[in-house]
Amino acid sequence: MTTAKPTQNMVWGEAWGEATHRLASGEAWLVGLWADGGEARLALSTGRPELEFFRYAAVDGSFPSVGATHAPAIRLERAIADLNGLKARGAPDPRPWFDHGRWPVSHPLGDGAPASGGEPARYAFLAAEGGGLHQIPVGPVHAGIIEPGHFRFHANGETIVRLEARLGYVHKGIERLMTGADRTRGAQLASRVSGDSAVAYQIAFARAVEAASGVVAPPRAAWLRGLMAEIERVANHLGDIGGICNDASFSLMHAHTGALRELTLRAAGHAFGHRLMMDCIVPGGVLVDLDRDRRAGLRELTTTIRDKFPRLVELYDNTASLQDRTVGTGRLDLELARRFGCGGVIGRASGRDFDARRDHVYSPYDELRFDTPVWREGDVNARVWVRIREVEESVRLIGQILDRLPVGPIHAEHEPAGRAGEGWALVEGFRGDVFVHVRLDEDGKIARCHLRDPSWFQWPLLEAVIEGNIVADFPLCNKSFNCSYSGHDL
Amino acid sequence: MRRTLIDGLLNGPLTEAAPAADDAELAALAAEVERAAAASLGRSLSIRHVDAGSCNGCELEIHALGNAYYDLERFGLRFVASPRHADVLLVSGPVTRNMREALERTYAATPAPKWVVACGACAKDGGAFAGSYAIVGGVGEVVPVDLYVPGCPPRPAMLLKALLALLNGRQRQSA
Repeated sequence: MTTAKPTQNMVWGEAWGEATHRLASGEAWLVGLWADGGEARLALSTGRPELEFFRYAAVDGSFPSVGATHAPAIRLERAIADLNGLKARGAPDPRPWFDHGRWPVSHPLGDGAPASGGEPARYAFLAAEGGGLHQIPVGPVHAGIIEPGHFRFHANGETIVRLEARLGYVHKGIERLMTGADRTRGAQLASRVSGDSAVAYQIAFARAVEAASGVVAPPRAAWLRGLMAEIERVANHLGDIGGICNDASFSLMHAHTGALRELTLRAAGHAFGHRLMMDCIVPGGVLVDLDRDRRAGLRELTTTIRDKFPRLVELYDNTASLQDRTVGTGRLDLELARRFGCGGVIGRASGRDFDARRDHVYSPYDELRFDTPVWREGDVNARVWVRIREVEESVRLIGQILDRLPVGPIHAEHEPAGRAGEGWALVEGFRGDVFVHVRLDEDGKIARCHLRDPSWFQWPLLEAVIEGNIVADFPLCNKSFNCSYSGHDL
Repeated sequence: MRRTLIDGLLNGPLTEAAPAADDAELAALAAEVERAAAASLGRSLSIRHVDAGSCNGCELEIHALGNAYYDLERFGLRFVASPRHADVLLVSGPVTRNMREALERTYAATPAPKWVVACGACAKDGGAFAGSYAIVGGVGEVVPVDLYVPGCPPRPAMLLKALLALLNGRQRQSA
């Protein structure tokens, strides 16, 4: 079985520039960029199973900007400046990102100095100038039941010329809360980074800690994790398929997928004791086992979805008025998806064939059969179709896991003695690849935990795809992306 | 589409009108909500949801209130797009410092009489995020709260129960 691997290939300063160059030239994509103490850390991938890690000692409180030549790093560098106080030299965008000027401290992960106080500075949105242009400010409180964020549109009549998002409204200081936490507390926080990805974050956190401390979760635990992850994927995709159709005013689909989603959450609640499966996974294993009765409930769920879902797929496929809204809307280029290392449904709907379950394989996926559906068109329609096929694949996976669930313990026998170490994990959540990197101190407590949501590399692309679309199509595009605010804002 | 619509007509609603076993509580609640809403609100209550910093778990369960099984709107309870149309603010999440002003403004924009329901463990006292530099605390730290709904996140049935309790409380006030 595959285990999470400890952090390897750590390279110091001189290689930083070369790594930046490789990112800019498209040889590699960015996986993570964060700071730990006085060091900047960079993780990148070339598609091989191992990631490459680089660190740069920011002796004078600064490090060479990656974002200067590789745009996906810009917001991560702005977050580092706010949280750690390390400056990216030559960074193209000096504006703060998470720090809206309302915290009692500045650089909460760095020196934690008292904030200067006073009225928060006005945020300067990027401009679009020309005759007939007007601005539409939206948020942070939106019209629907949705997380908060601000969208600033520049439009010419109905046509959007520029969209810029301002995020950070739900910044809860999770990485600061993680510092000094034990594993149980860490797992509790990981469950709540982004509630819709509770399972993906729990798995990523658990595997990163396991890698850092040299623990291996028993096979049954890994399979149960996989089971929860696929249930989570099905529930979210069902919600999103319906949500996208609903944003095109086709509520019939929303009603039907909503009912299937409810059945999925009920089955999860029955099987694991929590509808969103929070607090089910810890480093070393899982907390809930699956008995015969609960297994039967999940079987029944797969039968129901297999029975009802094809009709809904047909409904989507045969409703011309709906396709009229989704086909050709919000098109994302493959080249842009690649440059941003855009994972999940969004990347795969634009032809970027990446799936962490397959490309950074971890148990139980090394022993399961599944396809990764890829579409080329990159529009809202393609994102719906990838989700449809992924629901079918995940239902197959749930069936395979229920058939072949190994027997044995659900938790590693011995709690490891505290030891310092580092570990990482890349886990395929329903939204894309969740990256977690942890550093443990000598007592086995968390010295630093960095959690990178797939949304970091998807939010900027939403701004790109909306250009030239009409304002009325924004909800449709936004829902077809369904980025996480909380996962991004931390 | 025709087949789907015809099936929908022939098979009857999924809505749990006569639910069995563990859903009996829900059915009883539903009947009570209906009575209370009719008495004090003319069968209508408009709810504006505000996420003041949640992990989005609460939002998922609030969304579920609208699905065919719970069908919130049959009680005259509905979500509205603007605080100016709302009787109730349903607030989720610990209040982050970055959202404090937005919550205060939303509350100010809601016409009186108004009620605030704090949804979930975070909205009570910050929950898992209590003590963070980025958190003000529970919703009660920023706006007056009429009712706290427990759970992380609260189950949809629990949310229904909360709205009922609010309605009953209102009746007592006006009696």
